[in-house]
Amino acid sequence: MTDQAVNAAAPEIGRARLRKEDARLITGQTNWTDNIQVAGLLHLAVLRSPMAHARITRVDVSPALERPGVIAAFAGGDLAEGLGSLPCAWPVTEDIVLPDHPPIAVHEVRHAGDPVAVVVARDRYAAADALEAIEVDYDPLPPVLDLETALADDAPLVHSDKGTNRCYTWPLATGENFESVRQRAEVTLRRRYHQQRLIPNAMEPRAVVVTPIAASGEYTVHSATQIPHILRIMLATVTGIPEHKLRVIAPDVGGGFGSKLQVYGEEAIALAVARKLGRPVKWTESRSEGYLATHHGRGMIQDIEVAATREGRLLGLKVDLIADMGAYLMLVTPGIPILGAFMYPAIYKMDAYEFTCTGVFTTRTPTDAYRGAGRPEATFAIERIMDDLAAELGLDPVELRRRNWIRHEEFPYTTIAGLTYDSGNYEAATDRALALFGYDELRAEQHERNERGDTVRLGIGVSTFTEMCGLAPSRVLRDLRYGAGGWEAASIRMLPTGKVEVVTGTSPHGQGHETCWSQIAADVLGVPFDDVEVVHGDTRSSPQGMDTYGSRSLAVGGEAVHRAAVKVVDKARKVAAHLLEASEQDLEFTDGVFAVKGSPEARRTIQEIAFEAFTSHDLPDGVEPSINAETVVDPENFSYPHGTHLCAVEIDTETGKTKIRSYVCVDDVGHVVNPMIVEGQVHGGLAQGIAQALYEEAVYDDEGNLVSGTMADYLVPSAADLPDFVTDRTETPAASNAMGVKGVGEAGTIASTPAVVNAVVDALRPLGVTDVRMPCSPHRVWQAVRDAGRAGAGAEAGGTGPARSGQSGPAARSGDLGQYGEEGSG
Amino acid sequence: MIPPAFDYTRPTGVDEAVRALADAGEEAKVLAGGQSLLPLLRLRLAFPELLVDVGRIPQLRGVREDGDTLAIGALTTHHDVVHDPLVRRHAGLLAAATATVADPAVRHRGTLGGSLAHADPAGDLPAVALALDAELVVAGPGGRRTIPARDFFVDYLQSALAPDELLVEVRIPKTDGWGFHYEKFHAVAQSWAIVGVAALVRRDDGHIAEARIGLTNMGSTPLRATAAEQALSGADGPQAVARAAEAAAEGTRPSQDLSASPEYREHLARVLTRRAVLTAGGMG
Repeated sequence: MTDQAVNAAAPEIGRARLRKEDARLITGQTNWTDNIQVAGLLHLAVLRSPMAHARITRVDVSPALERPGVIAAFAGGDLAEGLGSLPCAWPVTEDIVLPDHPPIAVHEVRHAGDPVAVVVARDRYAAADALEAIEVDYDPLPPVLDLETALADDAPLVHSDKGTNRCYTWPLATGENFESVRQRAEVTLRRRYHQQRLIPNAMEPRAVVVTPIAASGEYTVHSATQIPHILRIMLATVTGIPEHKLRVIAPDVGGGFGSKLQVYGEEAIALAVARKLGRPVKWTESRSEGYLATHHGRGMIQDIEVAATREGRLLGLKVDLIADMGAYLMLVTPGIPILGAFMYPAIYKMDAYEFTCTGVFTTRTPTDAYRGAGRPEATFAIERIMDDLAAELGLDPVELRRRNWIRHEEFPYTTIAGLTYDSGNYEAATDRALALFGYDELRAEQHERNERGDTVRLGIGVSTFTEMCGLAPSRVLRDLRYGAGGWEAASIRMLPTGKVEVVTGTSPHGQGHETCWSQIAADVLGVPFDDVEVVHGDTRSSPQGMDTYGSRSLAVGGEAVHRAAVKVVDKARKVAAHLLEASEQDLEFTDGVFAVKGSPEARRTIQEIAFEAFTSHDLPDGVEPSINAETVVDPENFSYPHGTHLCAVEIDTETGKTKIRSYVCVDDVGHVVNPMIVEGQVHGGLAQGIAQALYEEAVYDDEGNLVSGTMADYLVPSAADLPDFVTDRTETPAASNAMGVKGVGEAGTIASTPAVVNAVVDALRPLGVTDVRMPCSPHRVWQAVRDAGRAGAGAEAGGTGPARSGQSGPAARSGDLGQYGEEGSG
Repeated sequence: MIPPAFDYTRPTGVDEAVRALADAGEEAKVLAGGQSLLPLLRLRLAFPELLVDVGRIPQLRGVREDGDTLAIGALTTHHDVVHDPLVRRHAGLLAAATATVADPAVRHRGTLGGSLAHADPAGDLPAVALALDAELVVAGPGGRRTIPARDFFVDYLQSALAPDELLVEVRIPKTDGWGFHYEKFHAVAQSWAIVGVAALVRRDDGHIAEARIGLTNMGSTPLRATAAEQALSGADGPQAVARAAEAAAEGTRPSQDLSASPEYREHLARVLTRRAVLTAGGMG
C-alpha cells in the first residue's frame, strides 16, 4: 500500500525541516495554560501536608476566609461529595490492592505534599497568603519508606484498611524452568541494582483552568496535559459531570516526559470548585510544589540473576523486582514495572526467563510513567549485568553481546518473553558505533592508563538496547488488564480552497507533530507542506484520540494520518475519474495531480477535486459530497527501535568526579520522517538518561520529607555538563506498519543510563570496585574507590557509596542524610 | 513560589537608602541583583517588611583605581567584574572566580556586593575576598566605615553589617605579579561549589614566597587555610606543595548535605588546594 500511495517524489518525508510550531513555542508567544485569562477568573492554591503520614484531626479553613481577596476555602470533607476517587486504569492483577485516593485528603495524609485544603481568591497572591491562615491538626503516623521492611507482617501500613503494603505480585515464567537451567549453567551471576526515584521536570509546570458555562451546564477544562482525551473520560468519572458536558483542551504544552500522562487531583479539584462556585478557576503549580505533587518516576530494587556457559552463552534470566508505588495508585502506576517485564531479555536469546514484580506502597509521592516507563529500568539491569558477566568471563562486553543477540537474519523473532520483534539489525548498528567511537583505540589507551596507574581512569560502557514502544495493540493491553485500547485516530479535512486540515488524536507537548504530520500528509496528498494545518488537543475539534506517551505517536498516530490521507486520495480518485471520463485504473496520481495514463493533458489536481466535492455539482452517482476521510489504527505489534550506545568516561579518582569524554550512539528507528526531530529526541533522551546515571535523585529523609525539594538539590544537568554527542542511524524499516517507522521519543533515555554506569564501573573495576549506585555522584565514586582500596583488590566492595537512595536497608529510613562516613561503606 | 507581601522603596542615593534602612529597624532587606534574596522570598524563608532596592544608585556601580587598590562599587554585576580590564589586570583571581558563578543569567543580574553581603559560605566570592585581603566599605547613619574581609563574615548568612548599614564599595589590594587560580568543584555547572579553593601565590626565585588560600563551603563562613598557607611558604616544587596542602582542612568545620560528608569535603579541600596552588604558581 505504502509504495503506491506515497508520492513517488516524496519530497517531505525524510526532510530535515525546521519545526513549524517552534516560532511560537520558543518565543513564548503561545497561549500556555497559565497565560489564559477569563473574565472573573479566580485563583486556586493548595495547602499540602508537611508530613509523610498523619491522621488529620482538625481542619479549620475559616481564618483564611477573613483574609483579603479570598472568595472561598475548602477542606477535603467540604469537597468530598461529588468528587470520587482518582482513577487507576491499570489494575495489573485480579487481586491487586486498590486503595481509595481522594483528590483532597479527608482523614489521613499519606505523603508530604498530599493536598489537605484549598483557597480560592481573586488573585494568586491573595490565595498564596491565605493558605498560611488555614489551621490543621495532625496526629503523626509512622512513615513507610523501606521497600523491603514494608512487606513485613508487623510493618506500619500506608493504607490501614487494606491490611498490607503489598499492592500486587505479578509473575511471568517462560521457556524452561529457570532452576533447572541454573543447575546446568557453568556460571551464574546475581546482582542487586537500585533505580533511584526521579522527578520528571517538564519545562512547563502543571496548570489547569476550568471555565463553567452556566447556560448549558458545560465545562471547558484547559490543562497542561499529555492526555486531553483520556482526561475527559476520567474527569467525567471522578466528578460525575457527564462526558458530553466536558470539553478538555490541551493547548500548547511545555513537555511532560510522562508526568502529564496523568489524571491529577488538582484537575478534579479545580473542576469541583468551579462547579461549586459557578466561576472560572485557575491553578498553576510552582516548581517546588510540583516536586512534591507531580508523580515521580523509577523507584525500584532489582534483583537479577543470569545463568550462562563459560563461553558466554546466556541460558536463563531471573528477575525479582520490588517497585515503589508511592502512597497511591495513579493512572498507570502499577503497570510501569510491567512494561519492563518483557524487556529484561532485551536483544538476547536464552532458554529460560522468570520474572516477578511486587508493588509496594510507601508514604512517598506516587510513582508513574517517566520517559521510558519500565523499559529504562529493565534495560539498565540487563545491560549492567551483561557487562558484569563479560568481566566475570574475561570477555569483551561487545563480544559477549554478539554471542547472544538475535542475528539480523533471524527476524521476525519471538523472544523468550513472548514478544515478536519485527525487524532489527544489531550487527550493523554495533559495527557502525564501534567505528565511530574508535573502540579499539580507546581500549588500548585504557589499558595503558591502567598499567601506568593513572589517577584519571578511563572507562568504556556498552549498551545494546531495544525497547517496546508504539503503545499498543489493544488485545495485548486487554491481556495485560489495561483499561483502554491502544489505537489512534486521524482524519483529514480537504477544505474547498485546497488547503488541508489534519486532525490527530495524538497530543503533542513538544514532539513536533504539527511538522511531521504535515510532512506525511503533504507527501501522500501531493500538497505543499505549508498548506497543511494540524489540529490537536481539543476534544471538540479532535474528538477521538488516545493521546501521546510511550513513543506511540508516529508509529500509531502518524500511521493513522498516513492511512487517512491514502483514503482521501482513493475517494478523490473516484471523482477525478468521473470528471476526466476515465476509469480509475487509468488514472495516475503524482504530486497531487490525477492524470489519465497516456494523455497527460487530461488532469485534475487534488485541490480541484476538493472544490468539486464542495460544490457537488458534478459528482458520480452514489458518491457523497466529501473526500474527507478518517481512520482509527490499532497497531498489529509494538514498535522495537534499537541501537548501540557507547560511552567513554574519565574518572578523577582523587575527587570522584566523572566526566563523559565521548558518547556515540547509532540508533535504528526505522524510516525517518524528519531527521532533525529524531536528532533532537535522541539528544534530549540522552540528557535525561545520563542525568539518572550521574546526577538526579529524589532524596527523602527518615521522616519521609523530600529533601531534594528544589533544583538547588535536585541536580538537572544542562548542556554545559554534557559532551557533544555523536549520533548516527541505521534504518531497518519496521515491518509492522506501512510507513516502516519506529518510536524514538524514549530511546535515548532507555539506552544511555546503563552505557554511562557501565563506563563508570569499567573505569573502576581494576581498583576493585564492582558497582556504584546511581546517581554516580563524585562523593559515591570517591567512597567506592576508597572502600575498595581498604577492602583490598578484588573484594566485593559493593561501592554503593555513602549517599543511599533510601529504598532499602537502614538508609531507607535515613535517606541520604546522616548515612555518611563509616556507616556508608560496604 | 509567591513571596509574602512587603513594602518596597527605591532610593536614588546612598544617604536615602541608609535612611530607609534606619527607619525600618530590623525589618528591612537590601535588594541588589536579587539572585539570593528573591529565591528566599519566594520560598517564604525570609519575611522582610521592606525591600530597599538599591539597583538604581549609579554611583555604586563601576571599578576605579585608587593607588595600589581597586575600588569596586558594590552594585557592579558579576558580568561587569569579569569583563572589567582593571579587574583583569590587577585582581585576576576575582575575575576568574566570578566567571564561575552560577550561569550567565545570574551573572548579568547578581552583584559583587550582594554576593558578599549575603555571606553564604558556599558562594564563590566570599572566599575570594578573604584571599585577596579585601576591605568592605559600608555606609551607615553615622557615616562610613571600612571592615576587613576577615572580620566581615560572622556566621552562616551573617555579615558584620548592621541592619542600617549598606555595603557600598569593595576595596581590593592589587595583586600584580601574583599567580592565581580558583578551583571550583561542583556537581553540575550551575550548582554551588561543594568545595572551592581560591589560591594566590607569589613566587620568588623558584619557590613560593607567600601563598594565600581562601576556602569555599568548608564551614559556616568562608575561611583562610592558614596552616596550609604557612606550610606553603618556601615550597619549592610539586611535592612540597602536595605536603603543604595536606594541612588545607585544618581548622575547618565543613557541613554535611546531599552532595558531601564533612570527611569528603576535608579530602577535597586538600586535593583542590594542591591543584589550585600548583596552577596558581605555574608549577603544575
